[in-house]
Amino acid sequence: MRREPPQRLADYGPLFFPAGMLTLFFVVPFATMIAVSFFQRQQGGFYTPDFVFDNYARFLSLFFGKVLGFSLFLAIAVAIACVVLGIPFTYLLARSKRRIQVIWLVALLCILSLSEVMIGFAWSTLFSRTAGLTNLLVWLGLVSQPQALTPSFGAVMTAMTYQAFPYTVLVIYPALVRLDPTLTEAARTLGASPIKAFFTVVVPALRNTILATLIMVFIFALGSYLLPQLLGRPQHWTLSVLITDQAVYQSNMPFAAAMAVFLVLVSLALVGLALYAGRQKEAK
Amino acid sequence: MSGLNINHVTKQFGTFTAVNDVSLSVPEGTFVCLLGPSGCGKTTLMRMIAGLDLPTQGSIELAGSDITGVPTHKRELGMVFQSLALFPHLTVGENIAYSLRIRGVAKDVQKKRVEELLGMIHLPGFADRSVNKLSGGQRQRVAIARALAISPKLFLLDEPLSALDAKLREAMQVELRQLQQRLGITTIVVTHDQREAMTMADTVVVMNKGEIRQAAPPVEIYRRPADSFVADFIGQTNLIPVEADSAGRAVILGQTIEAFSMPAGTTKGVLSVRPEDVQITAPGNGAIPATVTFIRDLGGAIETFVEAGGTQVIAVSSPRSRPEVSVGQQVGIRLDPATSVVLAR
Repeated sequence: MRREPPQRLADYGPLFFPAGMLTLFFVVPFATMIAVSFFQRQQGGFYTPDFVFDNYARFLSLFFGKVLGFSLFLAIAVAIACVVLGIPFTYLLARSKRRIQVIWLVALLCILSLSEVMIGFAWSTLFSRTAGLTNLLVWLGLVSQPQALTPSFGAVMTAMTYQAFPYTVLVIYPALVRLDPTLTEAARTLGASPIKAFFTVVVPALRNTILATLIMVFIFALGSYLLPQLLGRPQHWTLSVLITDQAVYQSNMPFAAAMAVFLVLVSLALVGLALYAGRQKEAK
Repeated sequence: MSGLNINHVTKQFGTFTAVNDVSLSVPEGTFVCLLGPSGCGKTTLMRMIAGLDLPTQGSIELAGSDITGVPTHKRELGMVFQSLALFPHLTVGENIAYSLRIRGVAKDVQKKRVEELLGMIHLPGFADRSVNKLSGGQRQRVAIARALAISPKLFLLDEPLSALDAKLREAMQVELRQLQQRLGITTIVVTHDQREAMTMADTVVVMNKGEIRQAAPPVEIYRRPADSFVADFIGQTNLIPVEADSAGRAVILGQTIEAFSMPAGTTKGVLSVRPEDVQITAPGNGAIPATVTFIRDLGGAIETFVEAGGTQVIAVSSPRSRPEVSVGQQVGIRLDPATSVVLAR
């Protein structure tokens, strides 16, 4: 089929609907948020239109810097955990029998149907002292007393990885199925042990998929604000938690908006950096 | 002895027997083609030699030592896959150097070896190209160079040329054979293309239903097939039923021909005669009477279809010795015992 560039205004017609939706539901709210981030807050009231940098200035403190740093660290850690667990899992899944694949994929899709609240409370029960997993260890004789595993960083990490894991598998699965299975066999005939073949052939061949998965889970985890509150201590709270706190409980819309804009910019910068690094390596 | 020895190897997948009690000896430096229709077990046999599948029974020896249980990556062999399996994330040079890199060979030695191999496959200066931008024939050569990088004891190729177009395939067959002779490496090729096998092999191993039907040099396979399956699978042939009369003489198409002898102890068999060995003459004078039913003139060769005693026989002649016949004409056919074999049925 020959593709011609659009000639008349009507040729752009099919684009109007998505463009309109995007403007209405993304550009307008986001522009409003950017505008609000420069507004002046009224003590005890709401806010008045203005153009001040107070909100951003307040943000540049050690406290908020630490929270931002922790949020990014948590999101990166969850992304890496998902990929490190997801690739071997999906590799084995893609090579198992059709029936087993279907059962696993249905189970993973079931996790997607659970709300964040349910996941949070389920894990807080599992990590609790009275009804948690440590009771199982006591029964097995591995520990002497049941312990509470929550609130802790590990509990936050576990629940967030659990939540993002199905997405990870669903992104990696098609790429792994399409990967020619004779590639690993070829590596083996060339002298690579199965594990070496996995790391020198399967992982590098999936580099773009891995990068895409990392970025997706990173952004997904960055927006999480319920699980850190349910399963973590105050020092494990992410920037999203503080934004909610400022917007909903402190009625400080301008400051919440400023933090949100900042978070978007930082995450965009990190994604850009990851894509740039990926491109550099490809060009080599 | 050195070379490869396969002793009574059997491979079963569930209840299906892919390879059934196969024994084969491949002397060092020879070129062997495993030939057969799809599903005959030739690829399974090769995968067992490579260690990608384990035999259910039997043993495999390479250069005097038993390698039946040795994992693939310790067998020191080179293998070219049907899909070629070039690593898409590596350049041509990195693909070829993969086996050296895995073994921790020094970078400059790797580089030298890659250049040497690229010269051997007539692609000098290709080291930094992406394998995704090569033509089919070039990818083929890279796969061969990669398999030969460590100078393996055994070189295996699984349907290596099937992805190429007919012309390139013929050229690559000659090239592969010349390369093998120059390196003197023990080579086994799996193929379903009998022309490929005839062109390249010292020994052709014809397989069917998991068993070896005949293992012999190409010309012998063609001239002296061991059974009717081999005769029919290799090249074109006429399979004509033969019966022995009460005196033990062969009766072919209703004609008693004393020159043919039946295989010992049989009364029924088939005569395999290549179309180019069927002679069309005037009827009578001891010739088998026949009727011309169709003439196919292919330019380079003329196929004459005749019917004799209810059996269709095809004769092929060159345009120079074209028989002066037309469809419907009564003719005679002559068969020479020196160029035809009677096979047990």
